[in-house]
Amino acid sequence: MAKRIDVKDLNIYYGDFLAVEDISMTIEPRSVTALIGPSGCGKSTFLRSLNRMHEVVPGGRVEGSVAVDGQDLYDRGVDPVDVRRQIGMVFQRPNPFPTMSIYDNVVAGVRLSGTRMKRSELDDVVERSLQGANLWNEVKDRLTKPGAGLSGGQQQRLCIARAIAVEPQVLLMDEPCSALDPISTLAIEDLIANLKQEYTIVIVTHNMQQAARVSDFTGFFNIAGTGKPGKLIEMDDTAKIFSTPSVKATEDYISGRFG
Amino acid sequence: MSSPSTPTVTAPRKQAGRNGVQRPGDRLFSGAARGSGLLILVILAGVAIFLITEAWPAITAPADAIPGGEGLAAYVAPLVFGTVLAATIALVVATPLAIAIALFITHYAPKRMAQGLGYLVDLLAAVPSIIYGLWGFQVVAPASVPVARWLEENLGFIPLFAGPTSSTGRTMLVAGVVLAIMILPIISAVCREVFIQTPRLNQEAALALGATRWEMIRMTVLPFGRSGIISAAMLGLGRALGETMAVAIVLSVSGGITLNLIGSGNPSTIAANIALQFPESSGIAVNTLIASGLVLFVITLAVNMSARWIVKRANRSGDGR
Ligand SMILES: Nc1ncnc2c1ncn2[C@@H]1O[C@H](COP(=O)(O)OP(=O)(O)O)[C@@H](O)[C@H]1O
Ligand SMILES: [Mg+2]
Repeated sequence: MAKRIDVKDLNIYYGDFLAVEDISMTIEPRSVTALIGPSGCGKSTFLRSLNRMHEVVPGGRVEGSVAVDGQDLYDRGVDPVDVRRQIGMVFQRPNPFPTMSIYDNVVAGVRLSGTRMKRSELDDVVERSLQGANLWNEVKDRLTKPGAGLSGGQQQRLCIARAIAVEPQVLLMDEPCSALDPISTLAIEDLIANLKQEYTIVIVTHNMQQAARVSDFTGFFNIAGTGKPGKLIEMDDTAKIFSTPSVKATEDYISGRFG
Repeated sequence: MSSPSTPTVTAPRKQAGRNGVQRPGDRLFSGAARGSGLLILVILAGVAIFLITEAWPAITAPADAIPGGEGLAAYVAPLVFGTVLAATIALVVATPLAIAIALFITHYAPKRMAQGLGYLVDLLAAVPSIIYGLWGFQVVAPASVPVARWLEENLGFIPLFAGPTSSTGRTMLVAGVVLAIMILPIISAVCREVFIQTPRLNQEAALALGATRWEMIRMTVLPFGRSGIISAAMLGLGRALGETMAVAIVLSVSGGITLNLIGSGNPSTIAANIALQFPESSGIAVNTLIASGLVLFVITLAVNMSARWIVKRANRSGDGR
């Protein structure tokens, strides 16, 4: 299920504005890759280019290639809708569908895929996904209640359940804890540690301790100034980045001496 | 119509009770709000009283004194039927079309085109109803004749298209379609405003799950806009019920209650009937017309109130917005 991602010479644009320049990196399967860097340096933009979500913004486009197990996502003839079914995403703010029950939220993606499923099969998917998101025990007695009635942390885990219900190959997370309290944050970090047994995970985070705690690899993005494109400064084992980074800017950023 | 005033009246009082003190600005505002709420109630009551007192002679008159000679109920019934039928046709035709236009503008058209289209639809709302009436009479009615013939031949087994086809085309179907075009702008404008409010976050959630654009709309935009769509449709229905000139011009009236939409014998609508009959009426005939106006007033109120009730129910069932 988990797959390797090879990014090569990737430039990402919003219209004429070059937001992210010349990224090349390899993302290993069954591991957590963290992306850190100051705001506005293009972490979200890069993450969204990994499942073609940045094309949702008018004018969003890329040059270069993103290959998942050798298949370029940006090849002519690849449908972005298919790409997104394979590569799931969790957003910064929890966004369950407000008009749907908890149950319907979890199976929303499964229903989209078009495979007709019996009620009992759907029930299994719901239980497995909510177990996987560490939410089952808290909601199993109120699956028909609206998802919007949950706490922020629960909503975010519901969104994770919704994303893993379709068994994606890769899970992208854009600052999934930044709107949550510390307890919920820990719950999600535990969850990420479990999920990496099965999924390739890429997580953007503002929180350096979080990157150090949850990830195996860390990429540091930076920007030369406003209006300049963001770049990948260095990428390495998380332990190496946080102890002996090879670039001065990384060290400055990590030790808080960032200007 | 009367209910929006209630919250404005009660809310400030509660607050005053909790805080004890009120700033002069607050007091001024709550006074103004309370005043305007009361004013609306007074106007509404005034209209109702006028209608009832003026209609009273017709309500109490013997049956043979009413125009037509068969009593008030027999006089008003076909008009009520015609009014509701024309408005229903208009609503059934206009609502899906308006939703489609609003979706196209908010979610499909490129930005610049969407803007132009939006203006165009708004312009439609600014055209006076008499123009629609003339256009319906001169253009739509003649053009409808072949269509009506086709309907009669192929779908004649449905009572709505039983025929025989009117040769002028001034039918209930055409009146309904003209009304539909008249209420289209208001419905699609409201839908557009509602659809555009759909949280981006939810739309992206659907797309990130691999929804196509249409699936995304079905998962987020339409459920989110449900109560707005209902309100918009009711607004349009209200306008269609009261529309006078267009129907008066388009519809050829010479009959009682019939479901046949394409024939030449159509019931009139209340508003059009008043407009056509009023100049030549005197005495009890005037009271009869006012009585029919009272009925229209009640229908419109009922539509508004049931719309509120539906919207409230739609909001309560299943979302935590
Ligand atoms: N929807 C958008 N349209 C145009 N420019 C955008 C959009 N989103 C982000 N940008 C620009 O792209 C750059 C990178 O932004 P982003 O990826 O959000 O950074 P980060 O997630 O690292 O804070 C910024 O200069 C930002 O202004
Ligand atoms: Mg970001």
